[in-house]
Amino acid sequence: MTLVKTHYNRRSFLKVSAATGGGMLIGFSWLTRCAPATQEAAMAVPDEWFDINGYIKIGNTGMVTIYSPNPEIGQNVMTSMPMIVAEELDVPWENVIVEQGSLDEDAFKNPQFAGGSLSIMLGWDALRMAGATGRRMLLEAAAKEWGVGVDELNASEGMITEVNRDRSVGYGEIAPKAVGIEIPDEVPLKEPKDYKLIGTFQKNVEGMKIVTGKPLFGLDFKREGMKLAMIEHPPAFGMKVGDFNEAEIKGMDGVEDAFIVDTTINEPAWSDVNAFPQLIAIVGNSTWKLMNAKKALKVNWETTGELENSAMHMTRLEKDLKDGTVEESRKDGDVDAAFASAATVVERTYTSPFMAHNTLEPMNFFANVTAYKAELIGPTQTPKALEDSASKLLGIPVENITVDMTRIGGGFGRRLYVHFGLEAAAISKKIGAPVKMIYTREDDMTQGTYRPPYLSTYKAGLDENGNMIAFAVRGVGLPEGSVFPNRFPAGAVENYSAEKVNSTTNISTGAWRAPRSHFTAGAEQSFLDEVAEAAGKDPIEFRLALFDRAKNNRVGDEYEYDADRYAGVLRLVKEKAGWGENKPGVHRGVAAYFCHNSYVAQVMDLVMEDGKPKVKKVWCAVDCGIVINREGAINIIQGGVVDGIGHAMYSELKFENGSSVHKNFNTYQLIRHNQAPEEIEVHFVENEISPTGLGEPGLPPAVGALANALYKATGKRYYHQPYSTSEQEPINIEIG
Amino acid sequence: MAVFNLTINGESNQVDVSPDTPMLWVLRDELDLVGTKYGCGIAMCGACTIHLDGTAVRACQLPVSAAEGKAITTIEGLSENGDHPVQKAWLEIDVPQCGYCQAGQIMNAAALLKQNPNPSDQEIESAMTGNICRCGTYIRIKQAIKQAAANS
Repeated sequence: MTLVKTHYNRRSFLKVSAATGGGMLIGFSWLTRCAPATQEAAMAVPDEWFDINGYIKIGNTGMVTIYSPNPEIGQNVMTSMPMIVAEELDVPWENVIVEQGSLDEDAFKNPQFAGGSLSIMLGWDALRMAGATGRRMLLEAAAKEWGVGVDELNASEGMITEVNRDRSVGYGEIAPKAVGIEIPDEVPLKEPKDYKLIGTFQKNVEGMKIVTGKPLFGLDFKREGMKLAMIEHPPAFGMKVGDFNEAEIKGMDGVEDAFIVDTTINEPAWSDVNAFPQLIAIVGNSTWKLMNAKKALKVNWETTGELENSAMHMTRLEKDLKDGTVEESRKDGDVDAAFASAATVVERTYTSPFMAHNTLEPMNFFANVTAYKAELIGPTQTPKALEDSASKLLGIPVENITVDMTRIGGGFGRRLYVHFGLEAAAISKKIGAPVKMIYTREDDMTQGTYRPPYLSTYKAGLDENGNMIAFAVRGVGLPEGSVFPNRFPAGAVENYSAEKVNSTTNISTGAWRAPRSHFTAGAEQSFLDEVAEAAGKDPIEFRLALFDRAKNNRVGDEYEYDADRYAGVLRLVKEKAGWGENKPGVHRGVAAYFCHNSYVAQVMDLVMEDGKPKVKKVWCAVDCGIVINREGAINIIQGGVVDGIGHAMYSELKFENGSSVHKNFNTYQLIRHNQAPEEIEVHFVENEISPTGLGEPGLPPAVGALANALYKATGKRYYHQPYSTSEQEPINIEIG
Repeated sequence: MAVFNLTINGESNQVDVSPDTPMLWVLRDELDLVGTKYGCGIAMCGACTIHLDGTAVRACQLPVSAAEGKAITTIEGLSENGDHPVQKAWLEIDVPQCGYCQAGQIMNAAALLKQNPNPSDQEIESAMTGNICRCGTYIRIKQAIKQAAANS
């Protein structure tokens, strides 16, 4: 039996009280990790572990309300996380209501973070502990009431029943009495084999609100007396605001104020990426009139840095791949000697351009800043980071700042960065009124924080039997190279070298769904496909042999993946897709990748229609440990595949004179209905390993599987993204 | 500024705005009907799709002056209880991820099925191609449209 503690050093992770309207209210911290693994970790137990920010209300009718404080960016944690609580509490899902923690109650402050596919992985312990504690306290209350031992009772499906006699009581009826029970020091957790709810298919709890157009998103937020504001940032990286036709703009119909705001903060954090701390703000009451005022702006922009362009970026990448400083590396064996002795050497260079996040809901935020307090509400993946930065910007202590989240119209990493929240705060402070600041699509697409461009060269050496005896990769990006030295095939090749090189740009960049993994997976998995072909081997068998080597006779001390689980998803996808069958006119590619703690392998079937490639069907095999909500898990993997195909195939930001050439969806291509695969089948490896994330891992292998299927369809290898428009002539930048 | 009489979801509304104001901002800023979403402002994403006399149009391109005297339907008025066959299918198939584009997708799909109750896959694709879903729920959207067609 697994037991978890409900406290640490006599500080409890829980708070139990009577619920308004009757019943029991269990407060807990969604951030708690119940069992610090080492003494060292225990020393560093953060205060957030004890912030009560999640609530379970067991009403006296038996209905259970679970208040979710978590950012919902479409990964469906508002459904899956409460499922974990309900499982351990042991209540029927029909009796559970999930609510977003109210924006105006102190009880729901200090919400969580959505990034790195971490929500479920980090919430797993806390959510199970909270549910199991509730169940245990209800059991103890019933035992006390009936004068029997807890071991004579069963709790299941919202009912407590005596084992031997037929007394029973509903959770709702006993809940008011459970309030007086002392919180147990530790509680037993269910074994995975006993799960009734976890692993089932459950629908999005906000589905009805979404399909009826209820106000859920930041852009929909409204407060009485609230002003609207729009911004104008410099048109190019390397420029700043000088002055503008302030009097003329202020005189326009519908404009109440116009001014320059400065959001520069001291000691910026990682989440403070922002190329344009000074910008023009225009305030009024009508979005349309503000849009017209933006068009009437005449601004003197000052050039302060180099105005970069795409050709310059390519030259810099090629140069720095050779000459740049290696930031991170790994070496096993004697790579040079192995290449010299190899029967065959394959060396290829892969590239990918800048990309924008393009969340469909543009950046926006509400702010109400007064002399001593600031209230910020909107779509952010990092409420805590925004709170800290707002405190620095406004000179208001953190405890007087609240950040609350709305539903988020797409994140993909874009809303890890907090500048738009700060801009709203600076505008509100200047006008002394509550304001909602919104970006136009053009503001959003030209603001930066982009997915960086990458260039990597891969090199493999094969002996006369087609065994890979040497492998080398060197990669550079603007600014960070996309190489993970300890990931596959590290540990599986005798002579191995991986070097990550960084470069520079004044264009701001940031995390983008599966940062760097999406590019690395595409490049590495299509490279291995080409190497397997040169070795005369089946691409799946070729990879499986490498995993065997990593498992049975590992090279080097460490590597970051579990070779069994990696091989497991490949074997599963091989079986489900019927790998080896050849259908006329259907071209198949395969890829597998591990990132964000989950393993995904994909087989992609592609056909040519009117000379254009069309993906017909994709099979996915996923190992993310225990699957919480099967419906949501399948949906997010399918979305990752579509996203991966879309960006690899169509999307690109080109630069001229320091400015993105693409400013809206008329020239920036996103994948559309007619370009999406017809079918995506998702299969999970069934195991009892603690769950890991799904928001990101579905995307990266799609890039590699697509490149490999395209090769089968066209006879041409695809090295340069976007595949649909880039010249595919190899440009080999040798790495020696 | 001028006063316009608008029929929205069967109700009469008066707004006092400049004649070139797109219906998107009349709905969102003046009437608090925020189910209709802003995505691009140039009719390239479909997030603002509404019905004008039963036909799907992009509210960001429809000046208020051209909407007077016509029947406007928004996502809030598509059905009384969220039970239009398209909405029901969307829930059954569990389509949404972030959900931001879905009102536009639903309005476009509802208009398609009104014109063509049994569209082929290709007809669905060509009718829906103007609606972007950044989360990539296209497969489920197509499934839901087929299910709605079968059930209505």
